Parts: sequence; C-alpha cells; structure tokens
Amino acid sequence: MSKKLLIGNEAVARGLYEAGLRVASSYPGTPSTEITECIAKYDDVYSEWAPNEKVALEVAAGAAIAGARSFCGMKHVGLNVAADPLFTASYTGVNAGLVIGVADDPGMHSSQNEQDSRHYAKASKLMMLEPSDSEECLQFAKLALSLSEQFDAPVILRLTTRVAHSRSLVEVSEREELDLKPYTKDPMKYVMMPGMAIKKHVVVEQRILDQVAWAETADINREEYYSTDIGVITSGITYTYAKEALGENASYLKLGCVYPLPVEKIRAFAAKCKKVYVLEELDPFLEEHCRQNGIEVIGKEAFTLQGEYSQSLIAKVILGREDKSVATDLDIPARPPVLCAGCPHRGLFYALKKLNVFVSGDIGCYTLGALAPLGMIDTCICMGASVSALHGRNKADEANAKKSVAVIGDSTFIHSGVTGLIDIAYNQSNSTVIILDNSITGMTGHQDNPTTGKTIKGDPTTAVSLELLAKAVGIDRVRVIDPYNLEECETVLREEIEADEPSVVISRRPCALLKYVKHKPPMHVDPNKCVGCKMCMKIGCPAISMKDKKSVIDFTQCVGCAVCSQLCKFDAIKEGEAK
Amino acid sequence: MKTKSIMIVGVGGQGTLLASRLLGAALISVGYDVKVSEVHGMSQRGGSVVTYVKYGDKVDSPIVQKGQADLILAFEQLEAARWLPFLKTDGTIIANTQQIDPMPVVTGVATYPDGVLDAIRETGVKLRDIDALSLAVEAGSAKAVNVVLIGVMAAHMDIDRAVWEQAIRETVPAKFLEMNLKAFDLGYQNAQ
Repeated sequence: MSKKLLIGNEAVARGLYEAGLRVASSYPGTPSTEITECIAKYDDVYSEWAPNEKVALEVAAGAAIAGARSFCGMKHVGLNVAADPLFTASYTGVNAGLVIGVADDPGMHSSQNEQDSRHYAKASKLMMLEPSDSEECLQFAKLALSLSEQFDAPVILRLTTRVAHSRSLVEVSEREELDLKPYTKDPMKYVMMPGMAIKKHVVVEQRILDQVAWAETADINREEYYSTDIGVITSGITYTYAKEALGENASYLKLGCVYPLPVEKIRAFAAKCKKVYVLEELDPFLEEHCRQNGIEVIGKEAFTLQGEYSQSLIAKVILGREDKSVATDLDIPARPPVLCAGCPHRGLFYALKKLNVFVSGDIGCYTLGALAPLGMIDTCICMGASVSALHGRNKADEANAKKSVAVIGDSTFIHSGVTGLIDIAYNQSNSTVIILDNSITGMTGHQDNPTTGKTIKGDPTTAVSLELLAKAVGIDRVRVIDPYNLEECETVLREEIEADEPSVVISRRPCALLKYVKHKPPMHVDPNKCVGCKMCMKIGCPAISMKDKKSVIDFTQCVGCAVCSQLCKFDAIKEGEAK
Repeated sequence: MKTKSIMIVGVGGQGTLLASRLLGAALISVGYDVKVSEVHGMSQRGGSVVTYVKYGDKVDSPIVQKGQADLILAFEQLEAARWLPFLKTDGTIIANTQQIDPMPVVTGVATYPDGVLDAIRETGVKLRDIDALSLAVEAGSAKAVNVVLIGVMAAHMDIDRAVWEQAIRETVPAKFLEMNLKAFDLGYQNAQ
C-alpha cells in the first residue's frame, strides 16, 4: 500500500487495473485521453486506440461478452459517436464487467460543445457513477466493474475536466487476477432482433428498478450532517467546491451514483434541512429528479447552465461572501492558443489564404487555423464533418465547388472522414479534400493512430496508406505536398481545386513537437536587411515578433521550418548555423 | 493547517506542468494533503495556461479563484498581470521578466502594455521579479526556465532545500538532472 499523487484519469486506469481489467479500447479525446494512455502502461491488460468511439465500444462490448473485464473511454462528444452500440449494449448486457468512461468538459477547455453526458445514462438506461477526486476515481472504477457484473449491464463512469485532470492522493493496491468468464451461447441475451429485444426491454426496465433500490442504500450516496440550515445535494467535483465554500455551515448529500437516482434517500435528506440547494454543473439533472418527486429545491434559478461552478460562485450565491482582490489598470490583451512554431499546418493555411477559398474545417489542432491572422476555417462542426459537409455544400452550390476545400487531420480522417470521402466519390461532387497528415493525433497530446504504423504501446504495426485508401474508394486524383514548401502548396492546391473531378491532397509533415523530429537551428533576422514590412508576421508564428520596427525571431521557440523566410522579399531571414 | 493555494501561470509550452509536478512531489514528501489542477488540451498550444496547487491538512476544491492564492508563480509578465486578481491582497507574486507576445499583439490588433511589473507593484502586493531565462541559459538550457522559477519559489517557502532537490531527481530524466539542479540552485540563490 502506498499513496500516489495521480490525476483522476490515471486513478481510473489504476482502479480498472487492480480490478482485473483485461481489455481496453478507446479513442483519444480531452479530457479523457490519459485513462487509456495509463492503461497502456500495464502489460497485463490488452489496450488499443480504436479508429473511433463506436468501434472502441463495440470492441469492449465484444470482449466483455467473451468474458473479459473491459473498458472503453472517450470524451463527451465521443459518446455521441458510440451511442449506437451504447443503447443496445444496455439490452444485451455483459458477461464480464464493462465500464464506459466518459469525460465531460464544462467550461469547454478543449471542446466544441458543453453537452451533459448524464442524459445518455438516462436515455440508454445505464447506471452512471461520478467520482469527486482521484481516490474516488480509483474506487468507483473498481466498483463500476463489479456493479456491471452484478446487474448484467455496462456501467458508465462520468468524469469532468477538473476531476480528470486534477491530481490528488490515491492509495494503490495489488491487481486481482481474474480468469476469463466462460461464454455460453445465448441468442435470447446476445442477439438483438425484435423477438428477443422485446423481452430484453422488460429486463432493462426491471434492472433500473433494482438499481434504484440499490441506490437508496449504497455507500457512495453519502449523507454528511453538520448545520441543517442549509442542505446541499451534489455530486462530482461540485461536492468539493461546496465543501470548501460552506464547510460545516451546511449538510451534504453526496451522490456517487448519478443515475439511477434514489428517491427516498433524497426526500429524507431534504426533510432534515431548512433550505435545500442542488449544486451541479451544466444541466439541471439532479434538480429535475428532485422536482419530479415533489422535493423542493433551489437550483438553476440561482446558478447557471453554462460553464463551471466553483467555491467562489457557491459562497457568493449562498452566503453572499466574496474574496477581496486587486488588479492592475492595464489593458491586458487576450492570449488565445496558437499553432506552434514550426507547425506544418501553418504553411498549408497560408497557401489556402492566398487561394481565397471556403474551408470546411474539422476537429484538431488545425481548427486553430480559424484564428487571426490566418483566419482560414469557415466551419467546424464535429469529427469528420469537414468532408461530408463540403460534399453537401458542393451539391447545393455546384457553381462554387471550385472555390472550396475540406481540411482534416490524419486521425480525424480515419475516425469518420473516410466515410464522407466515400460519399464524395460515390455521389461525385467536385470536392477537394486536404488531409493534414502530421503522423500523429496531435491536439490530444500525441497518440498513435492507424496511419502512424505504431500501436498504443509503440510497437510497429501495419499503417493505413492514405494515398491507397483514397484511390480505393474511387478518388483518381491523389497528390502529396510538403506544407513547409509554400510554392508547392499553392501550385498543387490550385490545380486540384480547379480540376473537374474530386481530389485528395495529402499535406504531409510530422508534428513539430514529435520527439523524433530533428529540427534545424533557429532562424534569425538580419536587421540590416529587414525593412519592417511585416510580411513574415502574416503566418501568425508565435516565434516572430516586432521589436523597434524590425522583425525578431525567438530562438527558444523557432525550429527552423523556414516558412517565414519564403515570405521575406528582402532576404532578411537567414537559416541558423548548426552548433 | 489551513489550506494554502499556489498558482503557476504562463504560456503553453513554457513547462508549467513540470513545475507543478515538482511542487506537488515536494509537498507530498513533507506530508501534506495535496491537490493539483492542470489544464491539458487546446490551451497548451501557446495559450494562457494555469495550474493550481493546494495543500494543507485536508484539501477540498482543487481550483483557486479570485482573491484566494497565497502565491503566484508567473512564467511571463503579461500572465502575471492577467492572473493577479487571483492573488490574496497580502499574497506574493513571483514574476519571470520574460515577455512573450500573444497573437493579438503579433497581428497588431493589440499592444503589449508597458510597465507591467510597475503596475503590479503599485497594487500593493509583494512582487519578486526575476530574469529566469538568463539564469536558465546560464544553467545550460533555455528550457530550464521552469526549474529556475521553482528554485525562486522554493526560497519563498518553508520546505527544506533537500526535499526540492529530491523531487527534481525523481521527476526529470537522468541526462538533464545536473543541468536542472544547477537551474534550481541559480533560482534559489537569486530569489531574494
């Protein structure tokens, strides 16, 4: 037994490992990624990155039916992709335990929407646990696997960003080795056709009733009594905020299981407190349950549907208390995230800017190409939508088809871009799809994917050839360019956009942050030649700034990609000398 | 002990996460309950980044809000000013004098304000400014700015120097150990 300071995701991985996990299949997504990255460090567990969340959940469901304790992890929007197997896995149930980890992102630190995954638990009729800190992440992960077996159904483990990415102390213990549970052929359980599913639906509804009965007495739905002037019904990270804000001025009902919810336990708690608040981020999920059961509470009317809660928000609303603070009277410019120095996406976006086209965008680092000064993304909806939405646009407005492209990363293309490309080929729209192949899943912090030739453990494996894949689905025009070469980018893109048939351009250059990428020495500006025209600033490189009306390059950031020097008309930007 | 709050703020890519890891390791080894809240993902790409570190007998919330930080360690001047409202009015802010232009300044729609450190000092908080980049270069790598700053912070905290050095040994790769220990030492020596 020893205590470790782990982020919530790492603690989930540890808990699953200790509980005899055998198979994990996931798709990366902030803030969930590190769960599976940490599982991959355990050699006793088979782990993988799947092409997308639907595949991942099906892999995990198949493994659970085969008798292995299994896990599938994703971010909130990934659960949309995995929703199809989710709803029916609820009917088939499991054999060995199956836990689905989903990480929501209130405040949208790194997401395109703020959806509340708890609705999925209710909609798919699956139990959902929600830990408050890393110790609970470990304990609830273990509990979820055993509850999954107890109730013969997958269990969802919901985290939010602050739980997933906060470190707190965790007591670790040894792994329990479990054999594969025997699989028995049982079509009434595992083959969901109408005849079987009709019967299984009855089982599902009874299971929810059984789980409610469990929730009424479960230890993880815990009451803590101090002053009963204020009662707080809460769960997850918000419990820690409430404790810090209110301390012993309130009593707490901390719900570790957020679906299904107990009724009598909540009613009894509320009856003991003078004024009862429901504290929960995002939607009024607990609150509506209370109201539905006639329990009087104060909820969203005093708080917010948007963003994160905090100890300060709770103290202000409930106690009217605010901490004193100071500020300068400076006008502080915002610091939005940017494409890194040497990012291969930069040159490609600059070429697109010169061509002045509509850009159908996607999810990844390159979404940052939407921001000034490049400003070259017109739309961004969800994983894979760049390709299919471009097809739709070009069918709707064929006259302008030659003024538009889609941009999509290698991993995102495999996730769900290739199906859109098949639509382009099959239904023939004059679309140009640019695959930004930086040889890694970048934004989530460098995960391998089916195009990189390496598994989650870094072992060599077969790699999808994007060129052959594009050709195989029926795209005849497939070309590869180097995004560090601005002239090549512009020429090839112009030709492919103007061609009278669909085309794929693969912009290929590994992410500048990859450890194996050898960088050139930093560039530098010859102040005698620089006239301060700011041409080099047009690519929005964070390593370039103006000092005393001359351009300067920050040697700590520059990786010598030389894209800026291709813009300089005065030959002022020089390659650095190798040390 | 009542919970204390530290914030480490900077620009994505400056190594704030390693700094918070070192701090967390040092605090645990002296027996505190510790919570560290990091932000991963998009804002790591050159955006404004913040890590919260809280310690005491029992820590509840992992995050720090306005007027709650006992100490802020800022890796960049503008970020020091941005997060200043999170400092307690009697708190201490340690600011690296490095300036990194945010993109709105690079593109010319905003200007990097003059006199940032003076403006911070005028609010009445305790400010210690330090050129950590030069010290990092002196130690052997511009990338060691984070460890220099940890050295400065260590000198402002009530934890044995040996504890910090042990945390560095356990956290950084062996081949960079000597350089990082030197960076820590330079920060520590130049802290006051």
